[in-house]
Amino acid sequence: MTVQGESAEHQWVDDHAGPVVRPYAVTGGRARPVTGTFDLISLVTATRKDVSPEIGIGPEHLAIVGLCQRMQSVAEIAAHLDLPVGTVRVLLGDLVARNLVQIREPQSTLGIPDHSIFEAVINGLRAL
Amino acid sequence: MDYGHSERPSGAAALPTAIKILVAGGFGVGKTTMVGAVSETRPLRTEEVLTESGVGIDDLSGVETKQTTTVAMDFGRITISDDLVLYLFGTPGQDRFWFVWDELALGAIGAVVLADTRRLADCFPSIDYFEGRGTPFLVAVNCFEGARQYRLDEVQAALNLDPEVPVLLCDARNRESAKEVLITLVEHAMKVRDARRRAE
Ligand SMILES: Nc1nc2c(ncn2[C@@H]2O[C@H](COP(=O)(O)OP(=O)(O)OP(=O)(O)O)[C@@H](O)[C@H]2O)c(=O)[nH]1
Ligand SMILES: [Mg+2]
Repeated sequence: MTVQGESAEHQWVDDHAGPVVRPYAVTGGRARPVTGTFDLISLVTATRKDVSPEIGIGPEHLAIVGLCQRMQSVAEIAAHLDLPVGTVRVLLGDLVARNLVQIREPQSTLGIPDHSIFEAVINGLRAL
Repeated sequence: MDYGHSERPSGAAALPTAIKILVAGGFGVGKTTMVGAVSETRPLRTEEVLTESGVGIDDLSGVETKQTTTVAMDFGRITISDDLVLYLFGTPGQDRFWFVWDELALGAIGAVVLADTRRLADCFPSIDYFEGRGTPFLVAVNCFEGARQYRLDEVQAALNLDPEVPVLLCDARNRESAKEVLITLVEHAMKVRDARRRAE
């Protein structure tokens, strides 16, 4: 994969960069998302069928929108795109800032006053 | 009774949502095997990049010189319904990467600690961790061939477990067995939660 839009401050990302360094090229050297925290199991759904290329939107962003036509967790996106979770979080921040994806944060089961989720999980497992 | 810590008014959970269960235990005890046995796809793998000290990278300055290490996590998905998804995460090596453990354990319903009776002590760090955090857990003894069979109460005593903690035998390769372990865990987690609410 080629790295696009490289600016002077991350020229150290060159052809010899190892697999650890490459993801930073994907995010333009950013380690933190512009918005959001993104739990591993936050569920991501695309808000549109497709997105036309625009400035600041790279092939990985487009790949996430494609994947998230079906609801996916942050962990699944990272696994399918073969990118570290931290990198995916940065990309998701960009997409949220543009309203291209919707995020559903996981529920804390402590905050849920009844047993509905536990019972649904038990019944769902029995039915497997 | 205090429902004050509920961030939501009351009533059913706002769905869709995802929940997670962890599968922990010593090296090679069958974590990935169990995740694969019950998940709807073969285990997926995701990675986090950490600095050598085991914390997440949050500052890129000098990342090109900082020693980094990659932690891999295996996980699987079980779609319970259109709006409820269960994820199973195998935890990475027990003696490092606590940063990743904390992230995984946050909000988890509970944890399965897999044990191998030939090297029971290997699961101590996992047990200590979940006890310390208050994460509901059970111990599932993975029955490898050639391992001497112990009675469950012997295992319970050897691990010095609270009598409430379920201990059961399993075969991590077997879907029905893995399902039973997970159902027992969710039932246990529900009891732990109720007991804590009563104590409030
Ligand atoms: N006989 C037998 N073999 C098993 C069982 N469970 C796992 N194995 C085998 O044990 C080996 C290790 O299993 P894994 O599932 O990779 O163990 P793990 O805990 O994920 O290992 P690490 O992630 O490396 O710590 C594999 O070769 C499995 O096929 C079991 O119940 N019985
Ligand atoms: Mg494994």
